[in-house]
Order: sequence, then structure tokens, then C-alpha cells
Amino acid sequence: MVLTARLRSAVALAGRYPVLAGTDLDVTAGEVLVLKGPNGAGKTSILRVLAGLLPLSAGDAEVLGLDPTADARALRPLVGLLGHQNGLYDDLTAEQNVRFVARAARRSPDVVPSALERLGFGGRLRGAPAGKLSAGQRRRLAIACVLAKGPRLWLLDEPHAGLDVEHRELLDDLLREVAAGGSSVVLASHEQHATVRLADRVVTMAGGLVLDGVIVAGQPPGTPAPSCPDVPRAEVTNVA
Amino acid sequence: MWRDAALVAGKDLRVEGRAKVAVNQVAPYALVVLLLFGFAFDQDRPLLVQAAPGLFWMAVLFSGLLAVQRSFSIESADGAIDALRLSRLEPAGIFIGKVVAVAAQLVVLEALLAFGVVVLFQSRLGGAGLLVASTLVSTAGVAAAGVAYGALCVGLRARETLLPLLLSPVLAPVVLAATEAWRAALGLSRGDGWRWLGILACFAAIYLAGGAIGFGALIEET
Repeated sequence: MVLTARLRSAVALAGRYPVLAGTDLDVTAGEVLVLKGPNGAGKTSILRVLAGLLPLSAGDAEVLGLDPTADARALRPLVGLLGHQNGLYDDLTAEQNVRFVARAARRSPDVVPSALERLGFGGRLRGAPAGKLSAGQRRRLAIACVLAKGPRLWLLDEPHAGLDVEHRELLDDLLREVAAGGSSVVLASHEQHATVRLADRVVTMAGGLVLDGVIVAGQPPGTPAPSCPDVPRAEVTNVA
Repeated sequence: MWRDAALVAGKDLRVEGRAKVAVNQVAPYALVVLLLFGFAFDQDRPLLVQAAPGLFWMAVLFSGLLAVQRSFSIESADGAIDALRLSRLEPAGIFIGKVVAVAAQLVVLEALLAFGVVVLFQSRLGGAGLLVASTLVSTAGVAAAGVAYGALCVGLRARETLLPLLLSPVLAPVVLAATEAWRAALGLSRGDGWRWLGILACFAAIYLAGGAIGFGALIEET
């Protein structure tokens, strides 16, 4: 089992407030891991730690073989982060936004049309300024930007927010493809949809800690789960 | 680095080309400032002519603050600054790109303001070589310091008020030297304008080098 990311007793602070309070987490290559938990549980913070944007104050971490605090500059180009905000330029067109991300990631211009096409941006929509798009379209465009970047680790914060049923399924298909290709996907979501249809593994967080690691097929919710590293991927399936 | 700079400058100028904030808001504001200076000194026309270089550079300073704020508001509005930090772009390249974009807007603005100075203050523009050289070097200094301090303030809650407070004192030497260089170019003083240009070049070089070296750390702090 190849680990994409590993956190041990990870502590991260926002000012003096601990947003992660000694968290352990493993992410294996090719899995879709869903983080669940109430507001303020630390889901977004864990994504930012994995992206190398939020430094650890204590504990150990390794993401794609790099220390996300010490090697943040080297790590960041390898991950794709979709946060609460979309990271778009309102005055650039959909195509210009994706093209900028692709060029900034040193990727071939060929990835731009395919990323736009994959997320449903065809025809005139490509030439529309991002500021004129609906909330769902903006979300899709932000995902197209992540796709164009071609990261090895996808970090998505509520990626389904604002998407209609058709595009939720489109996103699910995309993320399954990404995982099947060997990249890992970690997504924070409140939505049952993501847990049911997408997750290889679900982790519940509260108060900056991972409470229970894994939901295994056939176990009712609330059953104590084995620790993350010990669960063979074959035993982990979607949760109904 | 230069490729990254060209990419960022192109992006910022494309954003500005569509939004037209510099054309529709900053330029009219700069002209209004110039007009208000004209009203304030209207009773003393010779004094107005004498003070024209200083008033010109004060108008550039005020407008430059708006251009710098705009340059970073496009990064912070939808969290694009994180995407920049997660990209492969060199921080120095991002810095140079933003400086180029801000400077390009300021040069256009300065041409407009120079026209305003001639029309409103009845100044006679002369000493073209010194005038153009000092304007370009000063613009580089204003843009470099502005982008560095803009990056410092981008994540702060009170950035709109903090940026002018922090940046204005830093730009004081540039405004002073640029004013003196212009006064010499326009024949309003006997000072050596080229010496002031040398001082301006030193400040511009310091701000450019400091910004290029420190920009990575500055955007980390946001």
C-alpha cells in the first residue's frame, strides 16, 4: 500500500487557536477519502496542511514524499486545491482562467480544451467572463483549473457545492477516474451524496481531531473502525 | 523568472483591459485631484507653475495607491492568491510581472496627467530626455514599492487603509527626487536634474531588488 500522505500527531494553529490538535491521517495512492465533521472540525485546515499552505506547529507529516512545512515550495505544484473560494479571475474568460493555470503549472496548452470539455464548458461558455457565470458554473470552472494543473493529490473542499445533479455525477465520474489513474483525492464534504457515491473511505473529524478512521462495508455506522493504515484497500468500499 | 513575469503581467493587463478600472476610475480620479490642486492654488498662478511638478507627483502617488490596491484585490477577491502560491511560478517572476503591469498603467496615467498639467497649470514641458527618463525610473520605483507593500497587506483585514499608511512614507524619497528632477527638466530650478535621476535610479533598484528577493516571504505571510 503506497501512502500519498501521512500525518502523525499533527498540530496546526490559526493564531493561537489549534485548528488541528494532534491529528493522525493516512491517505493511500488511488483512494478517494472523504472528510466529514461539523463546522470547525478541522477539515479545511487538514486540506491546507496537505497542500503546504498551513504549516504544522508540531507533529510529523509527509505528503508525496515531502515535508509540507519544510518543503512547501516543492510540494505545492504537485497538489491541486479547491477551497471554499474558487480562485478565479472574474474579468478573465473561462478559457483564459484555465489557460493561465495550465501555463503557471508548466503544462501543455493541449490540456486546456480537454479540461474545459470534461467539465462541460463548450461553445460560447468558454468565452464568458468568469464573473458572469453562475455559482455552479464557477465551481465547475475551478475544478477544470485543478484538472488542467494535473496534480497528484486532489484536495477539494465541498466540491459539490452549487452543482446540479448532472454535474455532481460528472464530478464523481471525474474523481473516480483520477483515483483510478493513481492520484489520490481528499475531499471535505457535509453531503451524504459524496459519502455514499464516491468515498473509498470516510473519516470523521471533530475539534481538530480524526475521531474514527474507516467505515468498512457491512459495518453499521458507529462501529469502531480499525486504524487507517491497517485496512487493506480491498476491504474498503463505498458506504451505503 | 522572465517567462513567469510575462505570464503574470499579461494576465493582470488582460484583467485590467476587460475591467477598465484604471481608465474609468483611477484616471478620472487623478484628473480630479489635479483639478483640485489647481483650485487650491488658483489665486497664485506663478506659485501653481512652480509647484506643478510636486502636484503632478502627488497625483501619481494617489493614483498609484489605487492601482496597487486593484492589483491585489483581483488576487484576493476569490482566493486566487492561493492558486498563485500553489503554482510553479517563481515568486520573483510574480513580483516582476505585477510591477510591469502596475507600471504600464501608471505610464498611461502619467501621460494623461502631464497633459492635464500643461492644460490646467499652463506649464511648459521641456527637457524631454530628463523628463522621460525620470518619469520612467520613478514609475518603476513606485510600482516596485507598491507591489511589495501590496503583497504585505493583501491578507490583512484593514488593507485598504493600511496600504497608504505604510506605502506613502516609503515613496516619499521617490516623490521628492522625481519632483526635483522634473523641476530641473522644466527649468524651474538650477539643480542638477541628472543627479536626482541617479538618486531615483538607486531607490528604484533597491525597491526592485528587495521586492524580487522578499516577495516569496511576503505572500507567505498573507
